[in-house]
Amino acid sequence: MSEVLQLQDVSVHFGSHMALQAVNLQMHAGERVALVGANGCGKSTLLRVAHGLLKVSRGQVAVPRDVRQAMVFQRPHMLRTSVLHFVVWGLWLQGVGWRDAQARAWQALERVGLQGDMAHRSARTLSGGQQQRLALARAWALQPNFVLLDEPTSSLDPHAKREVERLLTDWVAASDVSLIFSSHNLGQVKRLATRVVYLEAGRVLADLPVDTFFNQPLGESHPEAHLFLKGELG
Amino acid sequence: MTTFTDTAATALQLLTDLDPLLWSIVGRSLWVSVLATAVACSLGVVLGAWLGVARFVGRDVLLTVLNTLLALPSVVVGLLVYLLLSRTGPLGHLGWLFSLKAMVLAQAVLVLPVVTALTRQCVEDAERSHGEQLQSLGAQSGLRSMLLAWDERYALLTVLIAAFGRAISEVGAVMVVGGNIEGFTRVMTTAIALETSKGDLPLALALGVVLMGVVLLLNALISILRRWRQHIDGASADPVQGVLA
Repeated sequence: MSEVLQLQDVSVHFGSHMALQAVNLQMHAGERVALVGANGCGKSTLLRVAHGLLKVSRGQVAVPRDVRQAMVFQRPHMLRTSVLHFVVWGLWLQGVGWRDAQARAWQALERVGLQGDMAHRSARTLSGGQQQRLALARAWALQPNFVLLDEPTSSLDPHAKREVERLLTDWVAASDVSLIFSSHNLGQVKRLATRVVYLEAGRVLADLPVDTFFNQPLGESHPEAHLFLKGELG
Repeated sequence: MTTFTDTAATALQLLTDLDPLLWSIVGRSLWVSVLATAVACSLGVVLGAWLGVARFVGRDVLLTVLNTLLALPSVVVGLLVYLLLSRTGPLGHLGWLFSLKAMVLAQAVLVLPVVTALTRQCVEDAERSHGEQLQSLGAQSGLRSMLLAWDERYALLTVLIAAFGRAISEVGAVMVVGGNIEGFTRVMTTAIALETSKGDLPLALALGVVLMGVVLLLNALISILRRWRQHIDGASADPVQGVLA
């Protein structure tokens, strides 16, 4: 399987605060990696480094040329435009012609259930769940083969959470898209991920297949991840 | 008291009789300030938006200078523009001194830091809040600054109105570079200063009423704009509203 991301000995610091410390991570096509850990452990920083939004203080980030990335943020900012043009602008910025972008945007909106009259509404008037679906539509329209999601459902109500998760599940089922996402929802991690990376204080302390992470005793091999799971699952 | 009521009555009559002298001064004032605001906004919005996004060595120094220029006295601007446009100055060959063009230039110079600084603040806040989402789509700093400025266009409209208010109500710069020539470069503020010193209080008061009316109208526009924005997208209160006050 081809590689979609390689982080080698990556460190990021903000002043004296080490957000990531000597992180090594390799991802292959079709993998779905969940980043878990307490708040401030470096999940979002890792995603931003992988997407090229943050420069590393040390180490190397390698993304092959044929990898097309798209990122979905925890709270997507709604541009002051219509639902349709929110997607069209995103495509236009990536170099897609305006007409093609419109056609692709309609398809994407239909996929997330924001077609018809809804497409002409102001993007800012959408509910939180609809806004996240719109952000997914834009990401989907970009036709990426590697998607990064920063806590995509953490600010949503249970119904909207399920809806966004269903869209993600459909997406990965219909294509071989690779995913890397951060989440505090271990149920969601179980349902979506094939691999779990546990971070603590900017370090990767466990990198395991999802079955191993949840079903095997980790007390001796990965004591920090074991404690985290124990705390989260009770 | 009699003097005051007489003055007020005569001023009111000048207004209601559509006195040609008074309204020609008002028209000239509006024309000069609209042009100056347009020039300052064309440059200031682009420059401010770029400053809101760009990061470079010396940026902090530049911002300090820019913020200092916000308090630039209008007579100093008048003096600088006068030196530029005077016969021996670097722009003396243009022959603009004591013309409406010189007044437009002086007001534009006066207002430019206001537009630039307020736009910079607005775009920088937007960049901090969601600039990385546009960056994620491939928008580099130049394009991002323009997109963020466009996205903040209603806040920037408020900046434009504030800039116009500053331009139309200043007196020092246009007095120095315009010369306050009757029928040619006399505007509301310079006319008020002159007529008051001459003792022609009714005309000064009538012009003062019009000037206050313009400023009141601008503040009303800002308020309407703000409510309209909130109605459209539930945006929070505009941080730059009320700058005219």
